[in-house]
Amino acid sequence: MVTLNDYLLASGLLFAIGFAGVLLRRNIIIIFMCLELMLNAANLSLVAFSRFNLGINGLPDYNAQVFVFFIITVAAAEVAVGLAIIVALYRSRQTTHVEDINSLKF
Amino acid sequence: MSPILFWFFTILMLGFALAVVFNINPVASALSLVVSFIGLAALFFQLDANFIGTIQILVYAGAVMVLFLFIIMLLDLKAEQSRRLNLLAIVGGIAVIGVFVAQLIAVLHRFPGGNKPFPPLAASVDDVRSVGSALFTSFNLPFQVIGTLILVATIGVIVLSKRELK
Repeated sequence: MVTLNDYLLASGLLFAIGFAGVLLRRNIIIIFMCLELMLNAANLSLVAFSRFNLGINGLPDYNAQVFVFFIITVAAAEVAVGLAIIVALYRSRQTTHVEDINSLKF
Repeated sequence: MSPILFWFFTILMLGFALAVVFNINPVASALSLVVSFIGLAALFFQLDANFIGTIQILVYAGAVMVLFLFIIMLLDLKAEQSRRLNLLAIVGGIAVIGVFVAQLIAVLHRFPGGNKPFPPLAASVDDVRSVGSALFTSFNLPFQVIGTLILVATIGVIVLSKRELK
């Protein structure tokens, strides 16, 4: 039987994998993909809670799903702006490696 | 909610998420991310969230990943040549992840409220109608703010991708 904790575990592990990617990888596009994984892990736990806590009419709590809809929209806007910044950065520096971008480093 | 399907799609999702992190080639990472998102969408369908699962496939596996692949091919990124690895960063990163996973398992272990199966639904879901009516009644103002945000993002992207910033 699948329980709520199984979904929360899957969501937490997905978040951990995304977090590991952000910490371990040095290519800025891969870091960006791992950020998407972390956002999606949050979505999975929101949808699992929405299905677990049924409303008074016995249907899932749709407020959580509206929240997930907003997260997906904001993430799509964020990807568009972020990739535009990466393209602008690549034009001026010819690199996507975060350790080569250190002019603000003390 | 069949346990076999749940574990199949969870392992698919987590396995390809690991492939995103450990692939050297950015194109292979992006394609692994598509498969991971499709596994996640299957989990959404199992949770009776058909609308969310559909837009997960349309927006993420479709639009966002096409954008990623387009940028990777535009910048013509090759597989990374091996660099001198920063040992301190790797050890620190793995330690942080280990503490995070241990904390996650400990918290879930002490959360008996979640150790129950999902309650059955009282009626068949009609979730596009329900999400839509929630969106246009109780969440009308945030919906319009999101619309403005997308407009601002569009303008920002056009300004950023101009050749010369004057």
